Amino acid sequence: MGNIKSVFNALKYLGARPVIAKSPSQVKGDKIIIPGVGAFGKGVNNLKPFLQKITETLTSNIPLLGICLGLEMFFEDSEESPGIEGLGFMEGKIIRIRTKLKLPHIGWNSLQIKKRTCPLFQDIDNGYVYFIHSYHAMPEEDLVTATTNYGCQINASVWKNNVFGTQFHPEKSGALGLQILKNFLEL
Amino acid sequence: MLCHRIIPCLDCDLAFPEGRVVKGIEFRQIKYAGIPWQLAERYYKEGADEIVFLDITASHERRETMTHVIEKTSENVFVPLTVGGGIHSIQDARKVFNAGADKISVNTAAIKNPTIVGKLAKYFGSQACVVAIDAKRRYIAEREENDNKIVVETPEGLCWFECSIYGGRKFTGLDAIRWAMEVEERGAGEILLTSMDKDGTKKGYDIPLTRAINERVSIPVIASGGCGTLDHMSEVFQKTQTNAALAASIFHYGTYSVKEVKEFLAMKEIPVRLG
Repeated sequence: MGNIKSVFNALKYLGARPVIAKSPSQVKGDKIIIPGVGAFGKGVNNLKPFLQKITETLTSNIPLLGICLGLEMFFEDSEESPGIEGLGFMEGKIIRIRTKLKLPHIGWNSLQIKKRTCPLFQDIDNGYVYFIHSYHAMPEEDLVTATTNYGCQINASVWKNNVFGTQFHPEKSGALGLQILKNFLEL
Repeated sequence: MLCHRIIPCLDCDLAFPEGRVVKGIEFRQIKYAGIPWQLAERYYKEGADEIVFLDITASHERRETMTHVIEKTSENVFVPLTVGGGIHSIQDARKVFNAGADKISVNTAAIKNPTIVGKLAKYFGSQACVVAIDAKRRYIAEREENDNKIVVETPEGLCWFECSIYGGRKFTGLDAIRWAMEVEERGAGEILLTSMDKDGTKKGYDIPLTRAINERVSIPVIASGGCGTLDHMSEVFQKTQTNAALAASIFHYGTYSVKEVKEFLAMKEIPVRLG
């Protein structure tokens, strides 16, 4: 999918040694990131061979970060691809953004951090991050760690135990995004 | 609140080993501006919101050079990168995505074969699929009945807008406003709208064109062509619904830095990302 290389480059820039897993046997780092742009159904399908490995992280406590579509796939299902089940790591649905403004929601929007305890947001002030999406997660409020506004409230990031998700793209959000990725690497 | 985006554009001549950024005037007369990845990094550090690379040579043997340019840029630049010029297939697109591009932009390929827009959107997602439209004013004396062209009033007179392909070398007869509506239907995520009349003139964006297309599509439109002063930037944001503006010369030749443009816009109370 489109942005894997961008995530790879950002991690490398931060001094990590990322591996792009092409098969399940290559999934063996101490952190896992599921990036992804594109449609929900296709994403879930592409992820199928890796499903067992990813599910294992829930019990082994390996930090897992989903970016954009990666986050969306953590939920139960999506209005984008009716009838296709997500991973179900978090309760809730992915819905199309209900706004009168233009969609996709593309560009830099201000991050309103709701949960300062979220390790991803350590040393981070409210600032701008890059969004590019038409759907977003509707979880229990308790899971939402940051929001943004686009004619309606958009849930910008979620967190449950060792599973993190950002609807925005930290790998494309300049210095602030890099800091968020650095915080994830340091978990 | 969503910020207005400032997007430097690098027109790349890839007949050189590392590529060269050049700038044309009204799609002709070419002037040298620098090395692509170096300029990209400078603009990133100055606060550019995205960067667009256009391969103006667009020949197959030079595609490898563009891949190299994007690979090198994406190692140090962490804002979205859009690549356009000479992309005709899923395979072409995949190559630039693999090199580190976040979006691809198509013009000629889309007009010659409109189904490619839907294919690219389905394969890589709408958000990664930008359709570039190069539009030229065609003045008319009066509105004619039975003509399905969308006619717009401009200070210079009534006109419709014609799409051009092959980097402005060929005209198609296609109505640019209708085409914009069609590519939205087909799944494009954004429109990169260049005025051929204004490009390189530094006389300001084509406001009637930018407004006409913004009013008819619900996807974001990037205004391009004609930016020469700070006022041109604020004008396009204040007079149209566009929330992204592309510029080349004012950045390349040091007239203004991206930061200076943004500070000016912030002063005018136009929301931009600073610092």
